[in-house]
Amino acid sequence: MHVFAGNSYIFAALGGLHIGDMLTQLFFFIVLLTLIKKFAWGPVMNMMQKREEYVANEIESAEQSRKEAESAAKKAQAELNQVKQEAQKMFEDAKNAGAKQEQDIIDTARKEAERIKQQAQAEIQNEKEQALQALQDQVASLSVLIASKVIEKEINEQDQEKLINDYLKEVGEER
Amino acid sequence: MDHTAPIVEDVFGISWLDFNLANVFMIAVTSLIVFIISVLGARKLQMKPTGAQNVMEWVLDFIKGIVNDTMDWKTGKLFLPLAITLFSYILVGNMLGVITNGVVGHDLWWKSPTADPGITLTLSTMVIVLSHFYGVKLRGGKAYVKDYFTPMWPLFPIKLVEEFSNTLTLGLRLFGNIYAGEVLLSLLVGLTTTSVLGFLGGAIPFLAWQGFSVFIGGIQAFIFTMLAMVYISHKVSEEH
Repeated sequence: MHVFAGNSYIFAALGGLHIGDMLTQLFFFIVLLTLIKKFAWGPVMNMMQKREEYVANEIESAEQSRKEAESAAKKAQAELNQVKQEAQKMFEDAKNAGAKQEQDIIDTARKEAERIKQQAQAEIQNEKEQALQALQDQVASLSVLIASKVIEKEINEQDQEKLINDYLKEVGEER
Repeated sequence: MDHTAPIVEDVFGISWLDFNLANVFMIAVTSLIVFIISVLGARKLQMKPTGAQNVMEWVLDFIKGIVNDTMDWKTGKLFLPLAITLFSYILVGNMLGVITNGVVGHDLWWKSPTADPGITLTLSTMVIVLSHFYGVKLRGGKAYVKDYFTPMWPLFPIKLVEEFSNTLTLGLRLFGNIYAGEVLLSLLVGLTTTSVLGFLGGAIPFLAWQGFSVFIGGIQAFIFTMLAMVYISHKVSEEH
């Protein structure tokens, strides 16, 4: 019974194709499409587009700043290396200068010592010569003294006379 | 059980202009619901999406996926609003009939608008006409006509028939699925009203079928939108 009733319902409820329904559907659909495009999906799409652009921009700027940071780090590293090298060089220079100065001081001291030594030797020589000279003088006078003492004792009147004469002669000849 | 449709004939004295007022009513209701849901979802749009905006964007991405599957995005974005409207309208229309069927007097007033062949055929015809229109507009008349004779000219009659069969199958597939679901639901309702035993026997299949109808409603909305995009892409894309 019910199946038959359902059957009749099918045809009754359908009621065939109606041009009016079709036109209504078409009209409503076009209006609906226009309205929700304008008021709902358009703004949503715009927002999504905006977000996409925003994200793309953010990624780009992040990339940019990463690059900048990298180059800055590189620069800092290079500067650090340069400073290190300079410090090394300065240290070397100082060491060399110190060594040179040390050598200079040693050299100067050595020369000074040499000079002092030579001066001292010269002085010694001089003193020695003077001493020798003095000694010679002394020896001469001493020998004369001794000789005169000896002569005084052993020479007699006669001999003395003769000696004086000889001297006088000699002197006379020399003239 | 013996329901009739509230039909008015010869409106304004025009002999071919008939209305099924139930259809007109349900078309209006469906359109209104779709409009209200869409506008509510699109309120308070922000860069950081929350709540309803997430749902809207998910739906948009879903439809975008359908369009992208069938054609390249450059031409596809032209049809995105059409695809969204088709999908949301058909989905809501299908669901309205699953929720309940309303009868006033002997007339069936509340049902799915998509459970009427006239309405689904209107939608499918509109899609096919649009596909021809954009086929000519985007690729030029020469390429459009040439399509009927490729890969070889004897296929022309078949290609011609294809256009009509596409229209019919697209519309009637939707109609058949939704209408069959409603018929079965109303039969089960009839069964539950016969007796206590009938109520017990009919209630559980009714619930099961209602759940299944929800599933079918979603699937059919997806299939209709998908096929509409496929038919359009056949006309507007260079390669097949």
